[in-house]
Amino acid sequence: MSESLTLSHNKYISWCRNNLFSSWINGIITILSLYFIYEVSTFFLNWTIFEADFVNNFRGEKITDRTFCSKNIEPGQHGACWAIIIVRFHQFIYGFYPVEEAWRVNLVYGLLPFALVGIFFDKVPFRKYFIYFTFLFPFIGYFLLYGGAGLDIVGTSKWGGLLVTLFLGVTGILLAFPLSIVLALGRRSKMPVIKTFCIIFIEFIRGVPLITLLFTANVMLPLFLPEGVRPDNLLRALVAVTLFQSAYMAEAIRGGLQAIPRGQLEAAQSLGLTYWQSTRKIILPQALKISIPPIVNTCIGLFKDTSLVLIIGLFDLLGVGRAAVADIDWAKLHYEVYVFISLVFFIFCFGMSRYSLYLEKKLKTDNS
Amino acid sequence: MSADQVIQLEKVNKWYDDFHVLKDIDLTVVKGQKIVICGPSGSGKSTMIRCINRLEAHQQGKIVVHGTELTNDLKNIDLIRKNVGMVFQQFNLFPHLSVLDNISLAPIWVKKMPKKEAEEIAMSYLEKVKIPEQAQKFPGQLSGGQQQRVAIARSLAMNPDIMLFDEPTSALDPEMIKEVLDVMIQLANEGMTMLVVTHEMGFAKTVADQMIFMDEGKIVEQAKPDDFFNNPQSDRTKLFLSQILNH
Repeated sequence: MSESLTLSHNKYISWCRNNLFSSWINGIITILSLYFIYEVSTFFLNWTIFEADFVNNFRGEKITDRTFCSKNIEPGQHGACWAIIIVRFHQFIYGFYPVEEAWRVNLVYGLLPFALVGIFFDKVPFRKYFIYFTFLFPFIGYFLLYGGAGLDIVGTSKWGGLLVTLFLGVTGILLAFPLSIVLALGRRSKMPVIKTFCIIFIEFIRGVPLITLLFTANVMLPLFLPEGVRPDNLLRALVAVTLFQSAYMAEAIRGGLQAIPRGQLEAAQSLGLTYWQSTRKIILPQALKISIPPIVNTCIGLFKDTSLVLIIGLFDLLGVGRAAVADIDWAKLHYEVYVFISLVFFIFCFGMSRYSLYLEKKLKTDNS
Repeated sequence: MSADQVIQLEKVNKWYDDFHVLKDIDLTVVKGQKIVICGPSGSGKSTMIRCINRLEAHQQGKIVVHGTELTNDLKNIDLIRKNVGMVFQQFNLFPHLSVLDNISLAPIWVKKMPKKEAEEIAMSYLEKVKIPEQAQKFPGQLSGGQQQRVAIARSLAMNPDIMLFDEPTSALDPEMIKEVLDVMIQLANEGMTMLVVTHEMGFAKTVADQMIFMDEGKIVEQAKPDDFFNNPQSDRTKLFLSQILNH
């Protein structure tokens, strides 16, 4: 054994001694915790993977309804029955989108990273073209998803599952972002009418639950529109989600704006920069940087809140899940469905959280 | 108003709510003049020079800069700000921009100068304040004295006729004050019109044409430096000078 290896081995042991077994009580707590972690993780891994059914049950039969699940044949001896997810996978991802048209959704999913990479990372090669694509993407995406001009039209009533969740989450956040900047600046404006309007808007939207807004958008919006104009259900939900998110994001951004010392604006103005130039080049870049954690916080909140749309009859991921649980052939497989849905939400929210950490770190090194 | 008068204040009054900060201020600045303003804190000296480029609005009286009267008219304000540079106590550099970008920002956006030309000008002013090697750094990586010199270069890059200095050395460590004052002396020798709020009396004796002492919102005494330091007229000035010169 080489010397450095012995050294690192010793270091490892001394780390354990110092941190895990520094006293009798510490040692007991460490052992109890390890035991707890072992029990929970073995149970979870066995249930989700090692003792679980995927396509076939333990007898090797293909699972076509709940009666074929191993855990229903030998109660108490088997883990999850993932067949419900596999059989209904199309619904979870696309809703009632026609199977033969699903490639269009896949293409949109596939293009989405290209639309986001330009705004998320500033050192990508050909960033300029990625940004152009970002602005084109909403039109391409809408054309692909909805159809027209050669593609069959797929009404939004057929959209569902992850497609609806992502559509509301991603579009809502992206649309709310510019709106929230305007609201945050407006709330700090010296012009009383604009300021009052922004305060009332933000406080009103923040003061009511998202469900109320969704109901309002769904039931009351048509009352304000001319006879015959019946905006799409999904678009109504999108309007509500966007307004809701913009109010929260505006407050996060306002917090950032308030943290910028007054001298920054004065320096910019004394150089002859106009209000908009100062705001764009000096104030907003600094304020947005400070606001990243609270902004991402509201984005994560909104992404999860999109699941409320099942109340106004849209089938998002959770809606599809509830439909699956209610299916007579598959009834009572609640755990499988909700664990799966949780996992999908977790992946997206965790991704957002990691991205915000990356961004904070990167901006910090930019100007130590 | 003669052609030489670049700034004129007539009976300027200003209030912060009930607090009367500026009381009937009259002041005339001639092209190329260096005026040093001193006085105890709260005497209104910073407020007065901040009124000259409208970072503060006065409520009564008249301020004329280069023949343009300062009113709420944004066009006039922008016009005056382009010709009046300002240096702050806290430097107020833009922390998210490199030193070079700090200086070239205003020429690019206000004067619509091509980026390359603006950066060349920025470099020439960085050489003038003797820190061209810091061009690519961020303000947070510089010492206070270096930051203040960048701030001076940033103002000069707009090629102003008048420079306002609001306690430019008050936030600096003692050993950095000289490097900033040297730059200001050099600027004065080149004929820049300067209004400087400072307590650096050595600097005042070197460059000032006129000394102004303010107290409680009023100009108490205005005199040539020789008379001001050797033969002050008012008791208030005498007391102030004895306090700051004998510590």
